[in-house]
Amino acid sequence: MKRYSSALVMAAYLIFLLVPIYWLLNMSLKTNAEITSTFSLWPQNFTLRNYEVILTDPSWYMGYVNSIIYVVLNTVISITVALPAAYAFSRYSFMGDKHLFFWLLTNRMAPPAVFALPFFQLYSSVGLFDTHIAVALAHCLFNVPLAVWILEGFMRGVPKEIDETAYIDGYSFPRFFIRIFMPLIASGIGVAAFFCFMFSWVELLLSRTLTAVDAKPIAAIMTRTVSASGMDWGVLAAAGVLTILPGALVIWFVRNYIAKGFALGRV
Amino acid sequence: MEKTVNNKAWFLVLPVLVIVAFSAVIPLMTVVNYAFNDTFGNNQFFWAGFEWFEDTVTSSRMHDALGRQILFSGIILAIEVPLGIFIALNMPKKGFWASFCLVLMALPLLIPFNVVGTIWQIFGRVDIGLLGRTLASLGIDYNYTNDWLDAWITIVVMDVWHWTSLVALLAYAGLQSIPQAYYQAAKIDQASRWAIFRYIELPKMQGVLLIAVLLRFMDSFMIYTEPFVLTGGGPGNSTTFLSIDLVKMAVGQFDLGPAAAFSLMYFLVILLVSWVFYTVMTNMDRENMQ
Repeated sequence: MKRYSSALVMAAYLIFLLVPIYWLLNMSLKTNAEITSTFSLWPQNFTLRNYEVILTDPSWYMGYVNSIIYVVLNTVISITVALPAAYAFSRYSFMGDKHLFFWLLTNRMAPPAVFALPFFQLYSSVGLFDTHIAVALAHCLFNVPLAVWILEGFMRGVPKEIDETAYIDGYSFPRFFIRIFMPLIASGIGVAAFFCFMFSWVELLLSRTLTAVDAKPIAAIMTRTVSASGMDWGVLAAAGVLTILPGALVIWFVRNYIAKGFALGRV
Repeated sequence: MEKTVNNKAWFLVLPVLVIVAFSAVIPLMTVVNYAFNDTFGNNQFFWAGFEWFEDTVTSSRMHDALGRQILFSGIILAIEVPLGIFIALNMPKKGFWASFCLVLMALPLLIPFNVVGTIWQIFGRVDIGLLGRTLASLGIDYNYTNDWLDAWITIVVMDVWHWTSLVALLAYAGLQSIPQAYYQAAKIDQASRWAIFRYIELPKMQGVLLIAVLLRFMDSFMIYTEPFVLTGGGPGNSTTFLSIDLVKMAVGQFDLGPAAAFSLMYFLVILLVSWVFYTVMTNMDRENMQ
């Protein structure tokens, strides 16, 4: 009896989650004429034209390329700088460590809206405006603290005796870190990379403010379409579906780690 | 774990420090600069003291936006936290169905914010949306672009759709870490389902729930993109939250001074609340250690 009610609750919740996504998918497979004239739960005249529009027009599909470039750049930068810092926080106590840790966390809490304008001016003045690296660096604002936080949690779980044994065995610090320590926290690095990818991928305000043409993310290209013509619902829906795909792929690959990352409660 | 005192560890933190200083401290200093100065363009600044702060504190526009923001954050916390716990309690514990639920539930979390807005726009519109059409055919007068109450309901439902999974996944992870022995002991004592929840599960989930509340509070307090795409802050100003108002002021009207003063106070509010949460969290950690 209890099992049935649980299954029922879960089914209801998942349906609630999936119906709006299904509707988007449904719209993306219809022609615009059909969207505005008839109302149906599935496409009457099945068409892939909307996807064709996006995948053949560089001003559309370059948006995906741009997004992926800066998201990957950001993930790499965040993890690279966060690894040694997280090690320091998990192994040593040093002057001001607690204040520093809190200060880092406040950056995760800072509203991007506060930073949008100063970022625009800062990156314009150093000539980085409208480049992928500018967006990647801007997203470090919230991803680096997050990565440090997650990695620190994982590193704390590795006994300190391992470090000491390695040093006695004559390992230098960099060699120990890369050869022994990093494999031990591989799943932690995976979880941190996943969350960096996620938060950089979904962020719009900063990436839109910092780009004009060459590095414009797909999400921003979509907004422009909404405000300009506003009525090309089919293409808009197709673009939306295509932005969901990378996320869905990433989730599928890390599904076994997600629960672990959440278990640390550090998101 | 005992930590070694070693001030050389600063060198390991240095890269993070440099990168975060570049992307946080320098921009923040620019904001501070604007907040205390007035400008007529051409990069010429005049000292304005606390003028902008006084303007902001006394402006009814700021009060309204803050009121709406607090109301919004309150409503979504009141819905998402209990609902998230409830969902987590009903999730399958292991096997294929557990992964299946995890993957589907994490899906809304990975959709770009403006696509979330677009999805709900397409879903809720009266002319083409499933929700709008269904409600209309049931004879309910629903139009989120004209009616402020409908707009609010749509935004709240959208946020619940978007973020309840986060609370649920956190709570689920908390539940997974409870040893089976606790449940067996409860069974021997013939504890009721409610007693198990109240005295075993809830205390064990305390830590992750605190983080869930913190994250949901922060992120809902800085919500921008989803309502911006869905309603653009309208109808009227009824869904203009703090971030939307701020961006309107800074980028739309280019009122740098007031916008900067607004930013600083906004940031301070968030900082204060984070500090309270952080202190509570670290204290809890310490108690658990002992």
